[in-house]
Amino acid sequence: MQKLPKTLIFIVVALSMVLTAFLPAAPAAVEYPRNETLYTSGTQWGAPSSWNPLNGGGYATGTIGLVYETLFIYDPLADKFTPYLAESANWTDATTYEVKIRQGVKWTNGQPLTADDVKFTFDIANPNGDTKAGLGYSALWKFLDNIEIKDANTVVFKFKENPAYQEIGFYFYFAPILNKAIWSKMKLEDITGGANKNPVGTGPYKFQAADQDRMVWVRNDAWWGKDVFGKLPAPKYIVDIVNGSNNVALGKMLQGGLDLSNNFLPGVASLVNGGYGIKTYYKEAPYMLSANVASLLINEQKKPMDDVKFRTALAWMININDIVEKDYTGIVKAADPTGLLPIWDKYIDKDQVKELGWSYDPEKAKKILADAGYKDVDGDKFLEAPDGSKIALKVTCPSGWTDWMAAIQIISRDAKAIGLNIEPDYPDYGPWRDAQLKGTFDLTLQNEAQMSSTVWSYYSWIFQNPLDKIATAQYGNYGRYDNKEAFALVDQLDKVKLGDDAAIKEITTKLQKITMTEMPTIPLWYNGLWAQYNESVWTNWPSADGENHALPAMWRGYVNMSGIQMLLNLEPAAKK
Amino acid sequence: MKRYFGRKLLIYALTFFIAVTINWMIPRFMPGNPVDIMISRAGLRGSAVTQMYSYYMDAFGLDQPIWKQYLNFWIAIFHGDLGTSIFLFPTPVIQVIKDALPYDVALLLPSILLSWFAGNKFGALAARNKNLDNTLLPIGYILTAVPYMWLGILLAWVFCIVIRIFPLGGGYDFSMQPSYTWDFYWSLFNHWVLPFLSLFIVQFGGWAIGMRNLIIYELEADYSHFLEALGAPRKLIRNYAYNNAILPQVTGVALQIGVIVTGALATEVVFAYPGIGYLILQAIHNQDYFLLQGCFLFVVIGVLIANFVVDIAYILIDPRTRAGMTGGAE
Repeated sequence: MQKLPKTLIFIVVALSMVLTAFLPAAPAAVEYPRNETLYTSGTQWGAPSSWNPLNGGGYATGTIGLVYETLFIYDPLADKFTPYLAESANWTDATTYEVKIRQGVKWTNGQPLTADDVKFTFDIANPNGDTKAGLGYSALWKFLDNIEIKDANTVVFKFKENPAYQEIGFYFYFAPILNKAIWSKMKLEDITGGANKNPVGTGPYKFQAADQDRMVWVRNDAWWGKDVFGKLPAPKYIVDIVNGSNNVALGKMLQGGLDLSNNFLPGVASLVNGGYGIKTYYKEAPYMLSANVASLLINEQKKPMDDVKFRTALAWMININDIVEKDYTGIVKAADPTGLLPIWDKYIDKDQVKELGWSYDPEKAKKILADAGYKDVDGDKFLEAPDGSKIALKVTCPSGWTDWMAAIQIISRDAKAIGLNIEPDYPDYGPWRDAQLKGTFDLTLQNEAQMSSTVWSYYSWIFQNPLDKIATAQYGNYGRYDNKEAFALVDQLDKVKLGDDAAIKEITTKLQKITMTEMPTIPLWYNGLWAQYNESVWTNWPSADGENHALPAMWRGYVNMSGIQMLLNLEPAAKK
Repeated sequence: MKRYFGRKLLIYALTFFIAVTINWMIPRFMPGNPVDIMISRAGLRGSAVTQMYSYYMDAFGLDQPIWKQYLNFWIAIFHGDLGTSIFLFPTPVIQVIKDALPYDVALLLPSILLSWFAGNKFGALAARNKNLDNTLLPIGYILTAVPYMWLGILLAWVFCIVIRIFPLGGGYDFSMQPSYTWDFYWSLFNHWVLPFLSLFIVQFGGWAIGMRNLIIYELEADYSHFLEALGAPRKLIRNYAYNNAILPQVTGVALQIGVIVTGALATEVVFAYPGIGYLILQAIHNQDYFLLQGCFLFVVIGVLIANFVVDIAYILIDPRTRAGMTGGAE
């Protein structure tokens, strides 16, 4: 009993020590009023740690789009490039691209945006230039010869013969324009790997605060867009919350503490229909826009996956409806056999799909395998390959990706139903990724090919070549599918002029035929652009109905794909 | 006394060396490469990938032979340099941990100590009260068997969503910037309560059951019966029983500190509460060798310090240890 006071004193001392540990952190009290603040989540998986727009996968939510801006923004739903930091641009001949820089744009440190800044941004990525920074848009220099400044507001990009217009178009809304005065003083390792703690951009928001669980931006009222668009984005503050578990995102959504969640929330369909005030882009299934295609990757270097008949049987055996309905409760869409996203629907040759496509038909899958000589020789209820060797395969996805784990269970179940011994396996992310880069997997899921300004990005993902560079390219064809004809078509596609839909359709029709008859990958379903909104504070969110068709996403690479338009369209709820 | 502590310190140093070595080894012998993961997240194309790859391999020193990496690792530790986090690039690991640690200390220390204290008192009380025993024991068994994760989700659902009296997620309100104001401290406290409770409740059950069983055992021991036969007052017997029963519980608390880290991990994830637990989870997912090493280094240090404190506490509360020590020193 006499121990009581001692313990108490200890606890009090410990507690006060803890409290003092919190003390060193703080300026004066700042609170963000609810009606001026937009709460978002779904992009950031860890504490914001980098505000360097050149750190492609790691910059804090909004660094590109809210702070650093691009020459163009691209709207995939309208398939339209809109000049942004560029005022206008045009090809004066086949290899010369003249870009007029927007006048009156100011950096947040007061300096004006100049043609010099634009030239500098691209010059530092030149592998043969002075700086030689390895950046996400360095590949532009495969085609680029040099950049000239014609006058204070005009930059001329001079390309080599036969430039790849499709790829080039992509880099013009991908590359964040940098302030030369600041960045030219940096060391190379700071350019590519620095945290850039004090980001100076041209965009509508500025740095306000960051902590382990949040990133806070404050509006830049001197933004150039005020004159161009006639308004500033309505939210004065944007607080992006670091992803916790699903229950937190869901809870905050229901409480109205989160306005836009770009998280994948299983079962969100029932909330949309249940009168909880949660909205999505579509009122009914699939609720979400399609952002990328989840495909079954097949390792063509291994037996029996090198047999096109075997691959074809896989396509016919998977009950995709079960994945869409049972696994995803209808918030994704089954993929077209071509794998082309809905934004690329106009390129699909529908008659060819009717002829060469597939649907769920286990009997047909069985027949294809039987005709090709697959049969159960040893009586274990599983088929053996035509040469009599046993088939025992694994279909993988990263451990913890619960929706994918359920999907590969369904695939394994369907495989066993037609006599194929395919087991699900859930390695950690690292080993899973490693197996793709090294080409050691059997079957796996992947959804790397995102929506973009060019369908070339999808085909270059399927047909990435040369095959000995797959591990370093880190973008597709992990199954090492080899087809010279397809590789040549992809290169040809890359060189089609932007907007020449007839030429794109002609080439992709051939590519569609190859993917549907050769099955380098099997497209399964379109993953959603996960976005659920609460309308209690901000309204006029993007929707399939009405006029507002911006992409509702704060994901990296999406703010400059019309996500910024979503912000501009938002209105305070009270006003309505 | 000197020999006692000398021996203890040697054991601690050895444990530290082995634990830190194992924790250096494990992530490195997992298949996969953190730089690949980093690059695949960056969504780079073409020649940029190759350049980035060699840049980061060099920056993290991962292109060196494995024995050299190990050597560099120890040299760096003694310089207080834990490397750069891969997942939170380019933040130094020591900075990441410094930011997260206060939240862990604030969560773990009170929950461990208070649950220990309250659980023992309650268990001792239950051992001599039939009614309390009949009600407390089953509840204690349930509480201690409850997974932290599940209890956390339940608490979050009831107190944050159904009867909204506590906020959900974050270390303090998302509409606030840290400041020396009462509002801010109040917000910190509000966000702390539920994570604390979920840890406290589970541990409380364990301590209460343990103490109740120990007291009953001690009260049945020969010395208790002997005292009783001598006509000693019940209160005195109970005090002796309590003083004896508390010893295994003190050892238990040192063991618990290692276990509780996993509890903190689950709790921090469920409540989206900042701290080392969440970092460990993300570090594993991202194969962030350096962050993982750093976090475990602090866990190892924490467990060793706790054990050391318990060793000292033993001297203070157990006369037999004290007697044995002076005997040994002579």
